[in-house]
Amino acid sequence: MQLFDLVFYVFALITLISGCVVVFSKNIIYSAFSLLFTFFGVAALYVLLHADFLAVTQILIYVGGILVLLLFGVMLTNNVISVDMKTGTIQAIPALIIAAVVAGTLAGLSYSTWRGVGVPAAGGPQTTTGTLGRMLMTSYVIPFEIASVVLLVALIGAAMTARRHRNS
Amino acid sequence: MGSLESFWNEFSGWLPHVQLAHFLIVSAILFALGIYAIATRRNAIMVLMGVELVLNAANINFIAFSRYSADMNFDGQVAAIFVIILAAAEAAIGLAIVLNIYHRFQTVNVDEVSSLKE
Repeated sequence: MQLFDLVFYVFALITLISGCVVVFSKNIIYSAFSLLFTFFGVAALYVLLHADFLAVTQILIYVGGILVLLLFGVMLTNNVISVDMKTGTIQAIPALIIAAVVAGTLAGLSYSTWRGVGVPAAGGPQTTTGTLGRMLMTSYVIPFEIASVVLLVALIGAAMTARRHRNS
Repeated sequence: MGSLESFWNEFSGWLPHVQLAHFLIVSAILFALGIYAIATRRNAIMVLMGVELVLNAANINFIAFSRYSADMNFDGQVAAIFVIILAAAEAAIGLAIVLNIYHRFQTVNVDEVSSLKE
């Protein structure tokens, strides 16, 4: 169990430090590549929580899909050749205060409410993929189908929205 | 390995055992970082990155509660799957809108795209 603690602290540090780099870095390329480490750290936290399927899904979709999409967005909307990659911030001080208050409130509440809740006795290692698939096909079949329709609509809508209009 | 283990045994008195609250605190800090990015960054793509951080924080909460619930039910993990699906759709639509804004206004700074105000 002590190795579990060590691994948790290492990956939590990786996640939070790279998350800070994402938020506070002036260069948007640094932010995008630091987001990579944040996603990998979160995937490692999923592994520690025995959610192996979710961890692999996180890496596949976030790193393989969303991050590449964000990088394409950066490349297409900034002048990469010139030094115009720096982006400013607005209202940094009030936002910092609000974010600190939100973090303190949430962390304090969760610590005071859920302190001492350990792993339940019956929760041994078990694979999650089969159980998740069965749940998606039985009790969650309606949200599953709706999600597939949402993905299709989002795909068509994104293609329609991003298309260059020739004559108008 | 032995020296590492002895070092860790001395160290573990200072670091508490990892429980549910630890995951929740990591998620709370990640959530606040995302909120800060959404509120302050002028570049619209940075705002999208902040949204991704917030969604990841929510997902950590879902999976942590699913793991630490009494009978390790999987409802939280299914909810996390749907969050990931919606995050993918949101990123695609958001990037398409940002590209359109860039073509029209030649900028992606969210405080300069304010023609609806006039």
